Amino acid sequence: MAETTAKTAATTRESASRTAEKSRTSWITTQLENERVLGYVLLTPAFLLIIVFIAYPFALGTWMALTDKVVGQPGNFIGLANFAKLLDSDIFRTAAWNTVFFTVVATAIKAALGMWLAVLLNRKFSLSRVTRAAVLLPFIVPTVLSTLVWLWMLDGTFSVFNWILRWLWDMEISVFGLVIKEDFGYIRGPNWLGEPSWAMGSIIMANVWRGLPFFAISFLAALQTVPSELYDAADIDGASGWRKFWHVTLPMIKPVAIVVVVFSFVVTFADFQLVYVLTRGGPHNSTHLLATLAYQLSMHAGNLGEGAAAALFMVPLLFVVIVLQLTYLRRIGVD
Amino acid sequence: MAQILLKDLYKTYGETPAVRGINLTIDENEFVVLVGPSGCGKTTTLRMIAGLEHITDGEIYIGERLINDVPPRDRDIAMVFQNYALYPHMTVHENMSFGLRLRKLPKDEIQRRVKEAADILDIGELLARRPKQLSGGQRQRVAMGRAIVRNPEAFLFDEPLSNLDAKLRVQMRTEIKLIHQRVRTTVVYVTHDQVEAMTLADRIVVMNDGIVEQVASPQEMYDNPSTRFVAGFIGSPSMNFLPCKLTGNGSGLSVILSDGIRLNVPADREGRYRDYLDRDLTFGIRPEHLTEQRQHTNADQQDFSCQVGVLEPMGIDTMVFMNIEGEDVCARAAPKSVKNPGEDMLFTIDMQNMHLIDPGTDKVL
Repeated sequence: MAETTAKTAATTRESASRTAEKSRTSWITTQLENERVLGYVLLTPAFLLIIVFIAYPFALGTWMALTDKVVGQPGNFIGLANFAKLLDSDIFRTAAWNTVFFTVVATAIKAALGMWLAVLLNRKFSLSRVTRAAVLLPFIVPTVLSTLVWLWMLDGTFSVFNWILRWLWDMEISVFGLVIKEDFGYIRGPNWLGEPSWAMGSIIMANVWRGLPFFAISFLAALQTVPSELYDAADIDGASGWRKFWHVTLPMIKPVAIVVVVFSFVVTFADFQLVYVLTRGGPHNSTHLLATLAYQLSMHAGNLGEGAAAALFMVPLLFVVIVLQLTYLRRIGVD
Repeated sequence: MAQILLKDLYKTYGETPAVRGINLTIDENEFVVLVGPSGCGKTTTLRMIAGLEHITDGEIYIGERLINDVPPRDRDIAMVFQNYALYPHMTVHENMSFGLRLRKLPKDEIQRRVKEAADILDIGELLARRPKQLSGGQRQRVAMGRAIVRNPEAFLFDEPLSNLDAKLRVQMRTEIKLIHQRVRTTVVYVTHDQVEAMTLADRIVVMNDGIVEQVASPQEMYDNPSTRFVAGFIGSPSMNFLPCKLTGNGSGLSVILSDGIRLNVPADREGRYRDYLDRDLTFGIRPEHLTEQRQHTNADQQDFSCQVGVLEPMGIDTMVFMNIEGEDVCARAAPKSVKNPGEDMLFTIDMQNMHLIDPGTDKVL
């Protein structure tokens, strides 16, 4: 009898402690099971990151653009004076034009070559997987690192392109004593980064090289979602290879293509590292972009306000592009 | 409208043969159905006729013309695909007229043909819509419309109904038959569904493992299958196969299915089977020829008794499953006549519809 009572008491104590433990954990558990609460909890880290690293710097930059702040001194509010000053300056107008030119040309070349590369990679050939992986390499190497290699390849004295050019130029090719190509004598090759138009061409080339894998792989992924029956149907409908591309492939991958182009447009527009490493905006500001100009104004000259204003000029331009293209995307009805 | 001729057609993928020597003549305006289990080479054969698949060996003629190396667009054929293969970015009208526009037909001619096809298929209201705004059945019609406007020498159908639900499939099946009666043309139709094959075909081609097992009209195929494969493939539920021994019984022949079941072979078959006396053979009988005990209407109907295993009521009939010497056997009985599982039941078998198969060659004797 006594034994039974002791046992009952022990069981009661045990269940009491279990209830206590339960009530301790249950508040958090209940809250987390509430989807609204859980949603906010899961959002918080990303939200904090955006606030600290994007929203705050953006707000600070906008504020600085409205002041005459220089390094080491608090600025005074001067309204839109910085913007007015920039619009009035030749360097800014050159940089703005350079940015638009650089972005449009580089994006167009990347899109065209990327599509071509994607169509090639979409075919079945031996080692196609290895090749697809290899295409991504320029994208994986850190930009500054690969750009330093470009710097050497485009060097005024040591350029490997010029070396090859000279070698080809100097070569005499003869077959059975018949001279097919003569030795044309000495050629120096272009001063890649030293002449304005060559310099713009060079930074576009380096940007295309770096950006191409993103286009090629994105387009390739899109190409692989096109059902093969559509090509069968087009074959039977009587479409040639080019017409199949035009009437089937292109419309099918258009939604992806637009997103890729918009994304690349934004990234190219704000490109900094590549130009900074290769030319620092020179020669004669011929490769100055808004990003490098903003850096030069704020970091080198110390005019933080003016630099921030130059950087802010990118926002409305990019905004218009994004809105236009996303509106188009919605209109053609992506599901 | 033309005849299609396949001569010693072969297709191999690397080392794997898909089609192994097919000879077939499809007559003008004939509706031929290629049927067989998946992997039997039927779709490959169709795709070779369409020009979507390279021919490893052999010849294909459409009309008088050898078309082995003719690209699909110049073969004058139209094809309806399993997944419809409609261009999602084009409207129904654009989908249907795409082939005609590529061929640079005059605009009013294109309009006329699209309208005509739309009327036949009853899709006139849908012409401005895009494929994603259509139901499965409507998409199927548009896919057929795209074929009809081309007015081709031959229509090729690649399992066109297999993506539709069962009810719609039956409805579309009837419609395809109706359309073929209106638009008389040569049709090659691929399906894995033997019911579709039976209902649609003028002639059925049963394929298995890359070869043609039998070519015959649906009724002929049902009544006189030439191989065990065809016998088992055509008809639903499929034919029962039982090991048996053929023995003499005085004047005639009989088959022994088990110790208790010995059935007499119809007198008119004795000549056919005489050579196989005392051999181990396979006995085949369709469920519909094995029923509850009925009044005999001919001398070849015989009764035997067997224990009922499982019952599957179908409404009009009940499938009665029993076990004879380790083999499952299905009988088709009137619902009211069936006994409970475990009880013995009397069955009548119509031996005029029996088949004997040589297990060595799988040929029906």
